[in-house]
Amino acid sequence: MSYHNPFTPPRKSATFDDYTLAEIRRAAATGIYDIRGAGTKRKVPHFDDLLFLGASISRYPLEGYREKCDTTVTLGTRFAKKPITLRTPITIAGMSFGALSGNAKEALGRGATLAGTSTTTGDGGMTDEERGHSQTLVYQYLPSRYGMNPKDLRRADAIEVVVGQGAKPGGGGMLLGQKISDRVANMRNLPKGIDQRSACRHPDWTGPDDLEIKILELREITDWEKPIYIKVGGARPYYDTALAVKAGADVVVLDGMQGGTAATQDVFIENVGMPTLACIRPAVQALQDLGMHRKVQLIVSGGIRSGADVAKALALGADAVAIGTAALVAIGDNDPKWESEYQALGTTAGAYDDWHEGKDPAGITTQDPELAKRLDPVAAGRRLANYLKVMTLEAQTIARACGKNHLHNLEPEDLCALTLEAAAMAQIPLAGTGWYPGKGGF
Amino acid sequence: MRVFDLATTPLRELNSALHTVAPGANDTSFEVVNPRGSHSVAVGIDKPVTVEVKGSVGYYCAGMNDGGTITVHGSAGPGVAENMMSGTVVIEGDASQYAGATGRGGLLVIKGNAASRCGISMKGIDIVVHGSIGHMSAFMGQSGHLVVLGDAGDALGDSLYEAKLFVRGTVKSLGADCVQKEMKPKHLKLLAELLEKAGATDVKPEEFKRYGSARKLYNFNIDNADAY
Ligand SMILES: Cc1cc2nc3c(=O)[nH]c(=O)nc-3n(C[C@H](O)[C@H](O)[C@H](O)COP(=O)(O)O)c2cc1C
Repeated sequence: MSYHNPFTPPRKSATFDDYTLAEIRRAAATGIYDIRGAGTKRKVPHFDDLLFLGASISRYPLEGYREKCDTTVTLGTRFAKKPITLRTPITIAGMSFGALSGNAKEALGRGATLAGTSTTTGDGGMTDEERGHSQTLVYQYLPSRYGMNPKDLRRADAIEVVVGQGAKPGGGGMLLGQKISDRVANMRNLPKGIDQRSACRHPDWTGPDDLEIKILELREITDWEKPIYIKVGGARPYYDTALAVKAGADVVVLDGMQGGTAATQDVFIENVGMPTLACIRPAVQALQDLGMHRKVQLIVSGGIRSGADVAKALALGADAVAIGTAALVAIGDNDPKWESEYQALGTTAGAYDDWHEGKDPAGITTQDPELAKRLDPVAAGRRLANYLKVMTLEAQTIARACGKNHLHNLEPEDLCALTLEAAAMAQIPLAGTGWYPGKGGF
Repeated sequence: MRVFDLATTPLRELNSALHTVAPGANDTSFEVVNPRGSHSVAVGIDKPVTVEVKGSVGYYCAGMNDGGTITVHGSAGPGVAENMMSGTVVIEGDASQYAGATGRGGLLVIKGNAASRCGISMKGIDIVVHGSIGHMSAFMGQSGHLVVLGDAGDALGDSLYEAKLFVRGTVKSLGADCVQKEMKPKHLKLLAELLEKAGATDVKPEEFKRYGSARKLYNFNIDNADAY
């Protein structure tokens, strides 16, 4: 009689899972790290882990379509002679011409303008189309200073000094040779077809004391008219916010790790920075400690997808939010209608992130004129405006249910947390308790 | 000529007056006295005005200058003439870090020495330094010319793109992808013009060496990873 061992199924390692193994093989075969667009793909505690409580006996709601729930926000009230007022607190984040096609930038401008909000330039400078189609345009002042000039500084409505980005706090930019068309090369004063590295640090200042002097210079150049924003990645939100205030910012833009990017090393996107949820309370605390909450406005970004996310960010103390990835999806990024072409690129709709390669079937993250033509900027702008309006209405719906006549009246007391992690990071009581980790009580 | 005494007049008044000069105005000369190291003196000029600064200035003097002629009769702090578009800036004394950073055009003349990162990320500006320059100068320089009559510090022209560098003295070390290149007649001619414009009449173009990009880092290659 022969003996057979009982069958045990093959077991794969949780540490060395299929994705990890494939990545090791890819690195070994190509000798290059993986560069991609979009934000972190790992699951991190997020707005989904918070819920609103709604009204009850102690708090009465506002009537859905009858009673007003204001959504306007004014940015730059601290020092700027000309603060900007938006009809919705949802702004379009900085995304470069170069990373995005001219049509995509135009669509963002059109959509934002229809919805009464602002859009933002990016690494590479301001284009005439973008200026022309954006009623309110924020001009980024980045380490590379590609395309930076005083004329555009003066025709901007606000200036955003970019210190960091949530997808890559501490990292610079990268635009690979494939996307450097004549126009992009010309705007950046570089030869066509070469990889463009954007520095990770500003060339002419380091540290908060220098930043204060830099901001003085920008204000003097623009005669103190423009609101000056400082954008930081979610790394040390308490101190970065406090230092931005000290340096003279009108507005702090805080971008958590889920924030998208045009092209960054995957290892950077996935392993550096803090989740958006964990960044907001420390930043708000810093503003409150300095007596500056609502005087210096806070714009939060990184993974904002819906009116619920907007309402939650505002309830935690933000004045406004910014969207990047969601805006691209609204205009047509990763649309399943291009599925066969995504498959040809070895991916699938919803997972396409090789934005740096310039082959985007949707014609958004490309400089190829044939692909770019696929995006109709007027129709795409309309879609973005619709989406912005839906998100605004969703946020209002929640705010009214919480009895608030302005989105800014939402407050942490309107929220509960579903998980211990979210409770700890957002300092919101775990549902059904009055407690969150770090706080005493039951 | 209008005179601004920064001991008694706010900086704002000076810059505001510079920005509101009417096109075609007759009186386009300004004098600044008692600058006492003030930051952002004469920034954002966009007309062909002349400014004589009688003393030393702090950060970003003549920042983003577009067409003005600014002379500092003293030394300049960090970032002098940063992002200049056009015009001329002359520093009679020394300049601190990042002189001419990201400049796109115009001429920056430093009669003394310049500290580290002179011409960092330059994008078309011409910079002539009569003395020596510090480390990491012309880092990521994209275009334009940096001329140094004295010596250059460590890592000159690191990660250089298409900026052209001319040094008369010694170079302590070259940065990644920066190499010495042949001085051709066209370079000698160009250098002679720059030296003349900068009032460097006692030196000859033949005394300089030329440096530029080896262009090996222009497209990513893993075998060059140490150099990135
Ligand atoms: C295609 C793309 C290009 C971007 N380019 C820039 C840029 O030039 N400058 C910048 O500060 N941030 C840039 N970002 C980041 C956005 O401004 C913003 O921080 C981020 O997209 C917000 O997160 P979300 O994508 O989850 O909405 C870019 C993002 C994307 C998706």
